Amino acid sequence: MSEVYEILVVGGGPGGLTAGIYGSRARLKTAILEKGRPGGQAASTMEMENYPGFFNESSGPGIMKEFAAHAEKFGTSIIKGTVVDVDLEGPIKTVKTSDGQEYKAHCVILSPGAEPRSLNIKGEGKLRGKGVSYCATCDADFFEELDVVVVGNGDAAIEEAMYLTKFAESVTIIVIHDEGVLDCNKASAEKAFKNKKLNWVWNSVLDEIIGDEIVELVKVKNIKTGEVTDMETNGVFFFVGTVPKTEFLKGKGVEMTEQGYVVVNEMMETNLPGVYGAGDSNAKYLRQVVTAAADGAIAAVAAEKYLAELETFREQVLESPVPVLLAFWAPQIEKSMAAITVLESVVEKTGGKVALAKLDTYRNKKTSANYKVETIPTVILFDKGEVKGRLEGDFTAADVEKLI
Amino acid sequence: MIDLTKENFDAEVLESEGVVFVDFWSPKCEPCMGLLPDVEAFAEKNAGRAKFCKLDTAGNKRLAIAQKVMGIPTFVFYKNGEKAFVFNKDEIEMGAVQAKLDELLG
Repeated sequence: MSEVYEILVVGGGPGGLTAGIYGSRARLKTAILEKGRPGGQAASTMEMENYPGFFNESSGPGIMKEFAAHAEKFGTSIIKGTVVDVDLEGPIKTVKTSDGQEYKAHCVILSPGAEPRSLNIKGEGKLRGKGVSYCATCDADFFEELDVVVVGNGDAAIEEAMYLTKFAESVTIIVIHDEGVLDCNKASAEKAFKNKKLNWVWNSVLDEIIGDEIVELVKVKNIKTGEVTDMETNGVFFFVGTVPKTEFLKGKGVEMTEQGYVVVNEMMETNLPGVYGAGDSNAKYLRQVVTAAADGAIAAVAAEKYLAELETFREQVLESPVPVLLAFWAPQIEKSMAAITVLESVVEKTGGKVALAKLDTYRNKKTSANYKVETIPTVILFDKGEVKGRLEGDFTAADVEKLI
Repeated sequence: MIDLTKENFDAEVLESEGVVFVDFWSPKCEPCMGLLPDVEAFAEKNAGRAKFCKLDTAGNKRLAIAQKVMGIPTFVFYKNGEKAFVFNKDEIEMGAVQAKLDELLG
């Protein structure tokens, strides 16, 4: 495939879509690979009241449609594909999808997102899609006039439980904490405690889900007393956190935490040059639409700077018609300033036969790393894009003349 | 693809000879909507080999529950009116669905 994207985004959730908006507005050739419809987990979250500016009659799917339209308006291509393999280590990165397509890019932004965690309780796997669910917007309809149980007490659990009360006859929330203690935000907790259709079971966990072909009964265990109680129910919804969808990145050189979250710095850079992370798959403190969007913006801007650095380097050094001395310097290292003066005088004497390019190593860490520059100053001689020689540390005009 | 309702479900699926594929979906379900273009392409590619149907569970809840489907997307293959294989939402992968169809057609 001849087409090389400037920015290729893996995953079209809020992080990926925002990276698309910033990338395409920077007039970079930007594409997003998304396996389903854009929007990520937010597209399956009906009740969403914490994205700034959207609180009246807004919903997760509605806001995500706007995100996608926004990215496409500025020229981002949203391509359908499930990413199965990546090669991110070279200057041109390759991303493969399950339909056998290969995509190439200078920069890759990884935003595959996360998915609901399963607890692997007895019966949970067997009864998936038969009363066990992780998606209220998908399955709430089935439980009209029926009774359901919700496991979890974070934002997602409490907000989705309230959504379920619009359908189900009763919603019973199993909470591991003491009475009145919830992990969700206070606004949602206050609303939930006033909701008459919600029942609460405190200090408890789910022990087992029982049903022949569909859910019939759950066993609820009180963790204080150890007592196990049977409760008849028609459905069980789990909202007990998420796990990153980064399986395809294992062994590909990207640094990840033990749990599989992508490690990034404040510029959203991973350990690999030109590879960034955004959204819920990043190792970070708060996983929300607003923070995913922020990650996406930062990653796209960092990618833009990286591409500009590569471009300058290509024009001034690799494609120069005459040999080039590339000086790696830093404003805070006096020795490197002196070296620049030496180089300038040598180059001037050649009368245009050799050019000088200067690279601030603090601003251009990627290029410095690519050429394994550890000493400042370092000077590398390039001719027709190839390295012909290098000097490190203290060098004199005579050394430089000898080099060229 | 044939749109199933409680009026035609028995005739099109349970009383039908051969292999019948049913996509249990609903417009409110984002993962279902994400899959729909793939399902339609799958049906088109295999047209004539089996019968391809979809059931919007929003208006046909009882019918879905009677088929032991209480979560979507769910794909069910029927053969000569009997349930032959079920793909629950986490198991759906179009390559595997195609392989199952080929297997059922023998």
